[in-house]
Amino acid sequence: MASRLLGLFFNLFEPLFRAGQRWLGMSRLGWLFVGPNLLVFGLFTFLPIIINLAYALTGGVKLMPLERPFTGAENFAILLECRDYFDIQTCRKDVFWRALFNTVKFSLIQVVLMVLLSLLTALVLNRKIIGRGFWRGVYFYPVLLSPVVVALIWKWLLQSQGVFNAGLVAAGAAPVDWLLDAGWAFFWTVFVSIWAHMGFYTLILLAGLQAIPADLYEAAEMDASTPWRTLRRITLPLLMPNLIVVLVLAMIRAVQIFDEVFVLTGGGPGSATTFIVQFIYQTGFAEQIHLYGLAAAASLVLALGLVLLTLAQLRLTRAAEAGQRAR
Amino acid sequence: MRVLSFLTRSRGRHRMDWSDWLSYLYLLVGLFTMFAPIVWLVMSSLKTESALTQFPPSFLPYSQKTVQVAGHDKPLPLFTVRDAQGTVREMAQVRRIGIMATLVDPKNPGEELRVNINDRKPVNELRFAWGNYSELFGKFSFGRYLWNSVFITVVATLLTLLVNSMAAFALSKYRFKGQKAVFLLIIATLMIPPTIVLVPVFLVINSVGLLNSLWGVILPAIATPTGVFLLRQYMLTIPDELLEAARMDHASEWRIYWKIILPLSAPALAVLAIFSVMWRWNDFLLPLIVLSKSEFFTLQLALNSFQGELNTQWHYLLAMTVITLVPITLVFAFLQKYITTGIASAGVK
Repeated sequence: MASRLLGLFFNLFEPLFRAGQRWLGMSRLGWLFVGPNLLVFGLFTFLPIIINLAYALTGGVKLMPLERPFTGAENFAILLECRDYFDIQTCRKDVFWRALFNTVKFSLIQVVLMVLLSLLTALVLNRKIIGRGFWRGVYFYPVLLSPVVVALIWKWLLQSQGVFNAGLVAAGAAPVDWLLDAGWAFFWTVFVSIWAHMGFYTLILLAGLQAIPADLYEAAEMDASTPWRTLRRITLPLLMPNLIVVLVLAMIRAVQIFDEVFVLTGGGPGSATTFIVQFIYQTGFAEQIHLYGLAAAASLVLALGLVLLTLAQLRLTRAAEAGQRAR
Repeated sequence: MRVLSFLTRSRGRHRMDWSDWLSYLYLLVGLFTMFAPIVWLVMSSLKTESALTQFPPSFLPYSQKTVQVAGHDKPLPLFTVRDAQGTVREMAQVRRIGIMATLVDPKNPGEELRVNINDRKPVNELRFAWGNYSELFGKFSFGRYLWNSVFITVVATLLTLLVNSMAAFALSKYRFKGQKAVFLLIIATLMIPPTIVLVPVFLVINSVGLLNSLWGVILPAIATPTGVFLLRQYMLTIPDELLEAARMDHASEWRIYWKIILPLSAPALAVLAIFSVMWRWNDFLLPLIVLSKSEFFTLQLALNSFQGELNTQWHYLLAMTVITLVPITLVFAFLQKYITTGIASAGVK
């Protein structure tokens, strides 16, 4: 039944492609097959890249780019200008600077912890343990959950009457407003994002570890190498390509953090957990006046950051390859 | 001692040493950290509204027992108190003023007893509030949100498979002018995350009239570089002789695509389908800007908007959260192997 329906569906396109085959000829028929894909990419990826520039260079509140007055670099000036660069209060858009600063701080802390923890977990999972598949699944399960669900799970645990405060009270301490205190709120955004995504990076690192030939370890054992030495001289150098992938992927993702934090803290308290994507969303869509130009300019700043990170990845990969060849 | 050495024997040559114990300890801590929050969520979602406000919270869904007393419309909460004779009795609370509570015997409502509120203890019973789940479907058009999410996920996944497999077919089995450029162009879009083209994508969706339409969420992402790449790599392994043989039999190119290539690519299509279902079911930022009217909300948007309300109704919100994570959990339980191999080989998520 299902296959009959499927056949009917595909046969609908038969005349179109027969005609295409006749007119275009075999040498150009490929375009007909990639056509829909390119159309979607063109409309929703390539065209937007160009329009984004148009937005960034124009002002006003109109959505149509042609109706917007040209303002040159004004949007960037609003974002970036400060009277005194050592005092965030004097910036024209201090929320942007705060978001930028938060994003950099968040990325650095979260990525370092993420890489270390997923490396440790992968190393443990790579040992001779019973039920490896099960344990791997344990760490991987939260990866599949939606950011909103992740945030709500933790919001429920961290609310003022939640289980964490119950634990504190039971231990004789005073309850804490976890998400209303700037320091704690930032800590929990880092913790929750690691909780949710660690399994993904663990998986990549574990795949890398399992690809290391076992005879290298046997040789090391013959030479009576200490475990620490084996780790430093064999495991880590051979894992380097995967480590770089993990480092860069984690960095690119961390810089774009939005969903979980938006639901968990809403960017607060104040702007303590407002990150750059949330700034773009709020400027362009959530606030009373939709400043599309400013949002587009901010996303170009984000794009610049991502380009730099990608270049750093290329650099690192090449350096690692050169290092391996030298060895 | 023999038991211990038996239990600690591991599969390899050697017995468990301290580093093995440490490993298992680490894994157990991980198990607790990863799953305890989810178990807590599920248990909480089965509590009644009043049980949720209890502090300290209990793990199991205990809530206070109530009784129907003659002369009172609503069921009254039950407490245990010690009366003047010193006997412990179960009594229903009629009213409470300040720190004094007035209680009656449910069987003999005429006799009243006034006690300090600290001298009475609530009578709790284990009660699973399945109503949190069943009532969702009558309230706040939950059925609609569920339908929106399912519709977007299913339709988008089918289209994703179709559009990307067509492109992958052309890129793996044909040779045409500009083919390399097309492939590079598609792969290059991997570098352009949707977050940096948010404003113009909104404009395009608005211009083609898809704002506040489920199609506005479905269409922008049906072409994915990950999908093209995954399928192309797989199709490259299908021998060209099969296609040649079909051409001998005068099969059209379209027929070759759907009768030969698609069935043979089933494993790769399955991996892409699983990913697509996860992406779409969990999608948040694009629906957030495209769907602003509540009748088009997906489950994720509904969850977000309910948790943002001033008076969050946690008992419904928690039940809704559990329902939202059920499909993903099923995908995980049955298809974990495909997902993990997919990620390990392609490095995609």
